Amino acid sequence: MINTPANSTRISRRFAQLRESGELGVVAYLTAGDPSLDATLQYVLALAEAGADVIELGVPFSDPLADGPTIQRASERALQAGATLRGVIDLVARIRKTSQVPLVLFSYYNPILQMGLEKFGASAAAAGADGVLVTDLTPEESAEYREILARHKLDTVFLAAPTSDAERLAKISAVSSGFLYIISRTGVTGAKDAMPDDLPGLLRRARNATTLPLAVGFGISLPGHVSMLGGLADAAVVGSALVSEIANADSVGDAAASLATRMRALKEAARHGLSKRAAPNATPTGAAR
Amino acid sequence: MSSLLQTPSTAPGRFGPYGGRYVPETLMVPLLELERAYEIAKNDPVFQKQFADLLKNFAGRPTPLQFAARLTEKLGGPRIYLKREDLLHTGAHKINNAIGQGLLAVKMGKPRIIAETGAGQHGVASAAIAAHLGLHCVVYMGTEDMARQALNVARMRMLGTEVVGVESGSRTLKDAINEAMRDWVTNIRNTHYLLGSVLGAHPYPTMVRDFHSVIGREAREQILLAEKRLPTHLFACVGGGSNAIGLFYNFLRDHDVKMVGIEAGGRGNGLGEHAVRLAAEQGFTGARPGVLQGTYTYVLQNEDGQIATTHSISAGLDYPAIGPEHAWLADQSRASYAAVSDDAALEAGSLLARTEGIIPALESAHALAGLQTRIPEMSKDDLVILNVSGRGDKDMDTYKRLL
Repeated sequence: MINTPANSTRISRRFAQLRESGELGVVAYLTAGDPSLDATLQYVLALAEAGADVIELGVPFSDPLADGPTIQRASERALQAGATLRGVIDLVARIRKTSQVPLVLFSYYNPILQMGLEKFGASAAAAGADGVLVTDLTPEESAEYREILARHKLDTVFLAAPTSDAERLAKISAVSSGFLYIISRTGVTGAKDAMPDDLPGLLRRARNATTLPLAVGFGISLPGHVSMLGGLADAAVVGSALVSEIANADSVGDAAASLATRMRALKEAARHGLSKRAAPNATPTGAAR
Repeated sequence: MSSLLQTPSTAPGRFGPYGGRYVPETLMVPLLELERAYEIAKNDPVFQKQFADLLKNFAGRPTPLQFAARLTEKLGGPRIYLKREDLLHTGAHKINNAIGQGLLAVKMGKPRIIAETGAGQHGVASAAIAAHLGLHCVVYMGTEDMARQALNVARMRMLGTEVVGVESGSRTLKDAINEAMRDWVTNIRNTHYLLGSVLGAHPYPTMVRDFHSVIGREAREQILLAEKRLPTHLFACVGGGSNAIGLFYNFLRDHDVKMVGIEAGGRGNGLGEHAVRLAAEQGFTGARPGVLQGTYTYVLQNEDGQIATTHSISAGLDYPAIGPEHAWLADQSRASYAAVSDDAALEAGSLLARTEGIIPALESAHALAGLQTRIPEMSKDDLVILNVSGRGDKDMDTYKRLL
């Protein structure tokens, strides 16, 4: 399979385990450095302990044009507190001293470009990151980025959107590894009440395009959203809801406790709310890619 | 100047290494749809006829190329002509592009347009064409800009447009673009984003340039008629750079015509005090190639790749990035870029008012201030076209301080 990198990353191993047990995964997003990198370390460990399958560390950016107000505010707080891409990579190394939870760096392109692609790939890999997702990088502009990240055995996760047609889904799948991040709705990040009606159709189209695990994000906050994805996707991504817990907590300790409680509820829904799905290798994937 | 991107991408919309398309995936399909619609429109005689008709009968083209006799005499150097974009309907060159994209929105069946605005000129132009074509229009504007360009806010509202204040970041043009992109990504199915400068992802820098290239096309014919020769110099202010590229484009192959873009030097050389992306040799710090809002170009930023805040007395020039084609023209030394301060621009505005009876927009006043700094190195044989990109009514609160 072209989609699977030569190395087996923590990400692909975790998704393989989830598939084996017929379980939906939960991916947690945090804006790193909000309110401090030390706090983020505690939050990541608490989320991993509570069962998060993959953790996305958001690299704060001054102009987060794909993000709604919750993550915009978090990015502002993180930048005010002095978070940088270098600092987030150092945080990865600190997490790795105690946890093997799969870690994805989630960034806008400019901070990575300014560090230099080679330096970024080398230091992220050395710190123990498993994959990278760049919000404003499309397959068309990513050749050099992918070449360098592949050399450092980092998964390149790309976004697919409700607007992506079959041609684009094929293009996105061909350059992705680890998993495919499916944007559930047209819009920015942020918690919403209901899941969009056209999501099952989008997930079916994505399944036809790839054998990669599908993680669904944007607007997912409640256990009910997670159970709805059972049988349709491989994982749910929860971001703004967790970031709000942090913003609303009185202390770092309280925030860590609320994050763990929420993650346990989401995991519970993920375990019980789905009908088991056949492993993708057993489904007709002749049209894949 | 070197580029961070080692392998120039084969993606469309490149100017050397600059430009490209750096957007969230959700925007790719609407951008590809726009690119196709524009390619078709470019060669569609019906579309071109509608565009030409609106430029003439709605906007008031062609604009005059006026010989500035008293300014020429006062400065004592080259013969100076003014391209009078300030005489256009809504008060600035921005209407050229707004008409073009408004017609495209109709063609694509999008009943709603959104726009960002800094000085308010693009917002007013968008509001006017939306009303004229029966489209619903929402304009995003930083609250800092809403305060300093209150007249334009009132004009947009009178034209039936909803003006949404943006409180994030520096509350200026950059933040308005972020918010417009968030709206677009949410409402792509019925909405066209009427971007107001030669910025953003492909096809915007090319398409917006093409819609404004009428400026240089007219100016070239007019100067040949008046002087029987090409100009030696073109001057225009550069925020994103749409009026400048509109003037420059039809002179690019005339290698003896020197092109000068004037950036906003603000109140100092430090990061945050100016909006100078290309004139680094004047000591302005912080500009390097990077990606902002869909395009790879020179961007004012800190060491970590965080975008810097900017300052200019002129809201229309107060932006941390420059159109990617300007970055490429600068790298090739086909155009040169210089900066003038807030104070120099204010004085130039006053000079044009008293010598020619024209109150220019603060943006356009920068272009004249830039010309003034070059006078010592020019001769009486030189022939200048200065783009008066907009009129100064909107800036009277600022100018009043001088009176």
